[in-house]
Amino acid sequence: MCGIVGLLVKKPALREQLGALMVPMLVGMTERGPDSSGMAVFTQPVEGIKRKFSLYCGAPAFDWKHLEGVLSEQFDDVSLVVDANHGVFTTASDPIAVRQWLMANFRDLHVLSVGRMIDVYKDVGLPADVAARYRFAEMRGTHLVGHTRMATESAVTPENAHPYTAGEDWCLVHNGSLANPGSIKRKLEKLGAQFESDCDTEGACRYIHWRLEQGDTLEQALERSFEDFDGFFTFLMGTKDKLALVRDPFACKPAVVAETDDYVAIASEFRSLAHLPDIRNAKVFEPKPAQVYSWAV
Amino acid sequence: MGRVMHAGAAAPIAFDLAKQSVRDLNQFLHGDLARVATVRVANPDGAHSVAVAVSAPVRIEIDGNVGYYAAGLNQQATVIIDGNAGPGVAENMMSGRVEVRGFASGGAGGSAHGGLLVIRGDAGLRCGISLKGGDIVVGGDVGSYSAFMAQAGRMVVCGNAGEGLGDSIYEAVLYVRGEVRSFGADAQLQPMTAEDLAAVTTLLAAAGLDYPAREFKRIASARTLYHWNADANQEY
Repeated sequence: MCGIVGLLVKKPALREQLGALMVPMLVGMTERGPDSSGMAVFTQPVEGIKRKFSLYCGAPAFDWKHLEGVLSEQFDDVSLVVDANHGVFTTASDPIAVRQWLMANFRDLHVLSVGRMIDVYKDVGLPADVAARYRFAEMRGTHLVGHTRMATESAVTPENAHPYTAGEDWCLVHNGSLANPGSIKRKLEKLGAQFESDCDTEGACRYIHWRLEQGDTLEQALERSFEDFDGFFTFLMGTKDKLALVRDPFACKPAVVAETDDYVAIASEFRSLAHLPDIRNAKVFEPKPAQVYSWAV
Repeated sequence: MGRVMHAGAAAPIAFDLAKQSVRDLNQFLHGDLARVATVRVANPDGAHSVAVAVSAPVRIEIDGNVGYYAAGLNQQATVIIDGNAGPGVAENMMSGRVEVRGFASGGAGGSAHGGLLVIRGDAGLRCGISLKGGDIVVGGDVGSYSAFMAQAGRMVVCGNAGEGLGDSIYEAVLYVRGEVRSFGADAQLQPMTAEDLAAVTTLLAAAGLDYPAREFKRIASARTLYHWNADANQEY
């Protein structure tokens, strides 16, 4: 079991409240996922050729100040904002080279996301505790994807928590379990993918991203995943300007959508949507199996 | 607790799940309801197990959406959900009536032994799975694999049915007004008899839905799975 939540605000004024609206959604899914949780938020893009990297280090004694110094010497136009054991690092240097350098020189550090808009936070603990630790309620942006995890097939660690990312400004959360993550992983590793966790969801995330890079539309990529994924899933995905949702053909895992003129909200269960403004007048529906739903900013 | 107005025999009892717990509500519903006619539940907000295992001829009106297993194991009570229901609504109902005014998620009315489940909107996958004698009337569509291994009882679908309808069905009878995407093993179309027309008319009336019974098709078991057939080579 796990819980997924997603929120996309249509009214620019609501971007200021994105995090505040989302925290009760995430906390509402505590019983579905009490062991870890995480969130990917899509913010105002960084300017020009800059990219931002969400970094995580589990070692409490990690010297972020030292990291900042090294990064400033190594790369162009650097800033680093640290929050508990996460940091958002922004630079104008080549993102692929930056990532390789980070992985080679700071092995304790995990690169949770790369992009112009995405910030990712994930950690072990109750959703309310994780939300407080990283001040989710203060987050601003256009849309976000969140997850509460009840581990089934891999250990309870921050890197096995969701969301997962691949490439730039792309993330995925998963409720369900895949029976063939090993074969997906082997297939993608042959194509050059570098895996960073043991979680089945990472394979799904990298697979769909790989298909998008091959030129598939999201619909085509997900159609293909119905053939190549063996297992159960509700996937919620975020791109720079979209939220997308799909349930497996047997609809083993739940999802509910509420839409108003102001927002689209998605959750595993209605109890995570009940607090949203004007929910009584929202169009509430259950997404159909094997059908791709997407909403643009 | 919500037991506020015990003076009048028929005074409605109000519960507010924004302030009281589901356990408060259910413990009240499992107590002596001899002098209670109606219980009104506000702010269910998707809570699980609302009004489960009630065994009294009481009317329970729920204003809003409920989560998993609402009105499960119901006996005698009339439960009105003025909203949508999560998975497993009225699961294993024994008698009484459960009505969902919105949509119901997967497994609605699964293994119900008796009573009537009315879903005014659509029902999700596996509606009426392993039905054991209850009746289900769905105003909209039912999802795939509905009435899987249904043993007894009736299901009336005013809209369409998904894939694998009535797979491995026993003696339950299904009536569908719209299209059936595909039939499961051993489920087949059969001619509507006068008895079927009367049954559909009665069930629609009980549900408060108005369609001519002649627009419905009967689907029931071909009974080819009742006995082992060595020649079938595991292909059904």
